Amino acid sequence: MSQPGFEPPGSGDFVFTPIFGNSILATKPVLLLFFSVILISTFFIISSRKAAVVPSKLQFAGESIYGFVRDGIGKDVIGHEFQRFVPFLFTIFTFILTNNLFGIIPLMQFPTMSHIGFPVSITIFVYLVYHYVAIKKHGLGKYLKDMCFMPGIPKPMYVLLAPLEFLTYFAIRPLTLAMRLFGNMFAGHLLLMLFTLGGEYLLGSAWFLKIFSAISFSLAIGLSFFEMGIQCLQAYIFTLLVALYIAGALADEH
Amino acid sequence: MSKLLLIRASAEAAPSPVIPNVAEIVVGLIAFSILFILLRTKAVPKFEKAYSDRTNAIQGGLERAEVAQRGAEIALKKYTEQLSDARGEAAKIREDARVQGAAIIEDLRTKAQEEATRITAAAVVAIEAERQQALNSLRNEVGALATDLASKIVGEALDDQVRQSRIVDRFLSDMEKSK
Repeated sequence: MSQPGFEPPGSGDFVFTPIFGNSILATKPVLLLFFSVILISTFFIISSRKAAVVPSKLQFAGESIYGFVRDGIGKDVIGHEFQRFVPFLFTIFTFILTNNLFGIIPLMQFPTMSHIGFPVSITIFVYLVYHYVAIKKHGLGKYLKDMCFMPGIPKPMYVLLAPLEFLTYFAIRPLTLAMRLFGNMFAGHLLLMLFTLGGEYLLGSAWFLKIFSAISFSLAIGLSFFEMGIQCLQAYIFTLLVALYIAGALADEH
Repeated sequence: MSKLLLIRASAEAAPSPVIPNVAEIVVGLIAFSILFILLRTKAVPKFEKAYSDRTNAIQGGLERAEVAQRGAEIALKKYTEQLSDARGEAAKIREDARVQGAAIIEDLRTKAQEEATRITAAAVVAIEAERQQALNSLRNEVGALATDLASKIVGEALDDQVRQSRIVDRFLSDMEKSK
């Protein structure tokens, strides 16, 4: 370690010191998170305020996103009882989407959801909601029975299936939900940092390495657009899965 | 190799990224709750209102259009009926006029025929009367003339009335025979 070489970005780059004071509430991710709350609520409250039959451009933009979640995810997946879950799905989608997109917006450039605590907190709500909905609809006993003992399967299979199904509902689903979002955002941010920092490092190297610096920077830009796609996709997948879990909880048979 | 080591070193230095920070979970819960409450109370009802208003507006428009269409159809039916009634009436009037015209012509023709017949008959009667009159006067004149002539020729007065008329009659019938 004597010679100063390129230090690749690592998980240490995801640790932020408070911008002011000493509280965790003052770190960049937390500030971004609350900023997203202000941004999303302001945008949708203003765009929906008039609720005109003939929408303005702003209202149309807000309605398009709302309609995408309401009809594209809620109505299509959950079915006739979808309406009461729309606010929940809508919050999840906009919250994740905005925080993900922070990852490529200049100056912010940090996807909040790459701190696993935030996906976990959303997942906690999801976990509570879909279990609550199922227990309220079927009762705890029937819910567990339907979950572990799917009808139409040979009896000996239940030895294997019952614990698997139980695990799926109570551990695997929430874990995968949170991990998927976290992992994608974490890896994406790491990748962008790698090419940006790499480009920066190469820029300060010998002249012939400066060419590779340009390549590295253009890759970082290209990957940013790629990341944007992933960020939108992850927000969609998360919301879609939540809708599927709720639909499963409402269904008569699991 | 040294790079790999460096990655490991930096990863070990920082806390594992998959271990959630409890404070961040709490912050996330709070932020999500705030956003949820704001969107649920302020944005979603307005969007839903706009949706239902729009649905109503479109449905209302469709219903109005349907009513108007139904009205137009009824009016069209009415007008078509009236038109066909008027056509029928016109045809009837024409037919009546034709029949009446024919009747009038027939009537006039009959009248003219009768008039002609009457005039012809009157003329025939008048001609016959005149002929008879002319015949009578001729007969008298010719008789007188012939008698005069005969008396001059015969030298005898045919004063006897009976004989005179017998002679005249014979003369006349001879004339008719020779004709």
